[in-house]
Amino acid sequence: MDVARATALCAVADIPLEGGVAALVDGVAIAVFRTHDGSVHAIGNVDPFSGASVLSRGIVGTRGDAPVVSSPMYKQAFDLRTGACLDDASVSVPSYDVSVVDGVVLVRGVR
Amino acid sequence: MTKRQRIVVVGHGMVGHRFAQAAVERGLTETHDIVVFGEEPRAAYDRVGLTSWFGHPDGAEALSLLPGGVYDDPRVRLVLDSVVTEIDRAARTVTVVSPPSAGSRDGRQGALLDQRGEPGAVTVHDYDVLVLATGAAPFVPPVEGRGKDGCFVYRTIEDLEAIKAASEAATSGVVIGGGLLGLEAANALVQLGLDTHVVEMAPRLMPVQLDDVAGVTLVRHVEKLGVQVHTGVLTEEIEGDRSVTGLRVRQAGTEEGARTEVVEAQVVVFSAGIRPRDALARECDLETAPRGGVLVDEQCRTADPHVFAIGECAAPGGTMYGLVAPGYAMAEVVVDALLDGPGTFTGADMSTKLKLLGVDVASFGDAFATTEGALELTYADAVSGVYKKLVVSEDGRRLLGGILVGDASAYGILRPMVSSGLALPDNPEQLILPAGSGVRLGMPDEAQVCSCNDVTKADILHAVAEQGCEGVADVKQCTRAGTTCGSCVPTVKNLVEEHFASVGRVVDKGLCEHFRLTRQELFDVVAVHGYRRFDDIVEAHGTGRGCDVCKPAIASILASQTSTHILEPATAGLQDTNDKYLANIQRNGTYSVVPRIPGGEITPEKLIVIGEVARDYGLYTKITGGQRIDLFGARMEQLPAIWKRLVDAGFESGHAYGKSLRTVKSCVGSTWCRFGVQDSVGLAIALELRYRGLRSPHKLKGGVSGCARECAEARGKDFGVIATEKGWNLYVGGNGGATPAHARLLAGDLDTQTLVSYLDRFLMYYVRTADRLQRTSTWIEQLEGGLERVREVVVDDSLGLGAELEAEMARHVGGYADEWAATLADPAKLERFVSFVNAPDTPDPTIAFTTERDQIQPIAPALIPVGAPS
Repeated sequence: MDVARATALCAVADIPLEGGVAALVDGVAIAVFRTHDGSVHAIGNVDPFSGASVLSRGIVGTRGDAPVVSSPMYKQAFDLRTGACLDDASVSVPSYDVSVVDGVVLVRGVR
Repeated sequence: MTKRQRIVVVGHGMVGHRFAQAAVERGLTETHDIVVFGEEPRAAYDRVGLTSWFGHPDGAEALSLLPGGVYDDPRVRLVLDSVVTEIDRAARTVTVVSPPSAGSRDGRQGALLDQRGEPGAVTVHDYDVLVLATGAAPFVPPVEGRGKDGCFVYRTIEDLEAIKAASEAATSGVVIGGGLLGLEAANALVQLGLDTHVVEMAPRLMPVQLDDVAGVTLVRHVEKLGVQVHTGVLTEEIEGDRSVTGLRVRQAGTEEGARTEVVEAQVVVFSAGIRPRDALARECDLETAPRGGVLVDEQCRTADPHVFAIGECAAPGGTMYGLVAPGYAMAEVVVDALLDGPGTFTGADMSTKLKLLGVDVASFGDAFATTEGALELTYADAVSGVYKKLVVSEDGRRLLGGILVGDASAYGILRPMVSSGLALPDNPEQLILPAGSGVRLGMPDEAQVCSCNDVTKADILHAVAEQGCEGVADVKQCTRAGTTCGSCVPTVKNLVEEHFASVGRVVDKGLCEHFRLTRQELFDVVAVHGYRRFDDIVEAHGTGRGCDVCKPAIASILASQTSTHILEPATAGLQDTNDKYLANIQRNGTYSVVPRIPGGEITPEKLIVIGEVARDYGLYTKITGGQRIDLFGARMEQLPAIWKRLVDAGFESGHAYGKSLRTVKSCVGSTWCRFGVQDSVGLAIALELRYRGLRSPHKLKGGVSGCARECAEARGKDFGVIATEKGWNLYVGGNGGATPAHARLLAGDLDTQTLVSYLDRFLMYYVRTADRLQRTSTWIEQLEGGLERVREVVVDDSLGLGAELEAEMARHVGGYADEWAATLADPAKLERFVSFVNAPDTPDPTIAFTTERDQIQPIAPALIPVGAPS
């Protein structure tokens, strides 16, 4: 079992509902989202199609049952649970283990 | 093998032409030769659309049903300028008088020979089958003075040419007769610039089709267009020496010699009905009906088995039909009879739908509720000039007929319900209430969709399913549906779309997987329910939690209907990233900043501020196409500080990031330019400030040129204004980009106040009804009626929406506030402008620049190899 170090990022209330924020963990930009049902997800912040560190600024919604963010650059959708790109099966971004403890968002396994 | 038979057709109007066309298409020419004699100098043309001749530079050509004047099939010969003067039924010959050079040729101008009093070439032609299609002639009532110069009828292109010539020296005109054709003629006189009167003997307009309330509603519309309507009035005399000076009239029901009044007019158009041209038949002892028309049986055959009559000259079963659709049906029946087919003509649907002076009018079925026990359901809105009546059977189950004035959009669904006997829904009033609350009705296959050309729903489905038709245009060509009066085109379109939807082709006009509604429907839903939150809208009308398509669309709709800041908590999460940060994202994740420079006019002080800000933040600067300055390379967290400097210096948001008004470009105009005739800069600034911040389906651009040299390239904009000596010309629907379009003239020589009110209406109409990401040019194109429709709504105010649209714009203008100033004043909104939630002062490490031509340029971030990061 992975017992990687947990990093506290922010209060859960700092993430807008159905929105995202960027966070920096050991020099890696990650995008942390809160969906409409209150669950929190974290994936890499860099959009693989443009190379720009912008995914946290995308629109959060759903595609079918999947919670997604669409890249603000070229609009591809990424599954918030897995980082998989739903518009190109060959592309995905990292997905991170995230939890909320006492209202604080913790992330593990970056790097 | 039998000898080829010879068919002579007398008359080349719409119906004679249809006969020849059907004969070719159905193979009758395999066994028969056809010769058609037409007395007019040109081949058949669309008499239904006669009035559009005034709008076309080459109107006659545009109206022609047989451009070129020659049929593809050499076995059909058309002889124009030729009058059949006699029929010898015993010898089976016709006598024809033609000019010496007459032959098969097209559109040559010339008067009839017998009118010149010269004998032409007389020829005699044999026939095996004779088809009379001589049509009808205008009825001119025996009014004193009807032969004076300035009196006309309204039937042929030559009539129109004469009316046009006479109008040049005239100031006012009067049409005698307020029926369908009379109102068409009135429209023509209005287009010719005359003060126009309509005189009708009956107490209302269109007495044959409309009831009293419908007639009054129509009068209100017509009078708004400047036509003066006199109903219940008899014409006593046409005054004037040689030429007409006026019309003396008295109230119907008063004694002769009672008080009269004079309607001044130099042009009089008789439009008091038509009479069948049946003289040829009478002279050869064929029986005619008591009220005129050659008496024929259900196969349109006279008592002489070799002679048929079709169209307005015929009276099947004793009744004459003055519409083109029954005439077409008769032509088809005769072709069928000659092919030994079973076709019969047993009466016709006399339903009418047309646009009179820009007003929709329809009357169908038992419009006057003459069926025993018939009930009437009516809806009337006197303010917007809409009247709708349904006539239903006693048990309320079947639709018998109806009348629609002001809004005939339901006609396409209602008329087939009458002819098919389809059961009415439980709440039939829904069919005529505004915005037809979503009642959808199946139409049986045999329902006639196009009554002009007798095309059923099954024919249309066959065309798309079996004959490879890909859209409405193909279906029109293939089935002829919608090619005569055009009123069924929306229904055809729906059927085609339904078909493709049923076979899984993408014609879904819903916004995205979360909403089945179109943007326009969503706009209305939001307006009606007063929604202010996405959650309420998606719960009531959608599924899931939205996406990058529907969320920004709803954000835009909410912004158009309210004036709340787009970054308020309820809408911030809906915004595209550009709107979310009030700046334009660039390829490396930085943003560009564009302050508004209205009309492109800027003081040196402000130019210096822009320069200082760009220098201090190391931004790349470039002049835009919209006459302003773009500052590139700002990191997201720098935006508030940059804007603080700009707002303090008096700048405001340029909305370069929004689907909203960008700029109104201008030339320097009459202030400086020696050619300018108006102050284009002043107007451009006023317009840009008026419409700034208006959220719309796509970006909006405007332009104002101070003279016809058009240096502002205004016609390349969504709205373009060009100065004239008398005021302003307003053009709409232009754009550059991938599919450039030139804006087209909406209205000319406007004063500034009228210009602004038309623009208010135009823009709000667009904001309300366009699809998502639809520029004005494509929006206008897909509107039923196109630019003409826009003109009706915006200029003629045919929907009575003008005041409402202007009020909405006034609300927008009054509620405008600079988005950036408001953001800077609100700490909650500023919170989102941080690079990292846990390291707000650390710049994004992927952003880097190099220098090129003394300015920064982004270095492309190292692309992460795509594949399988775990």
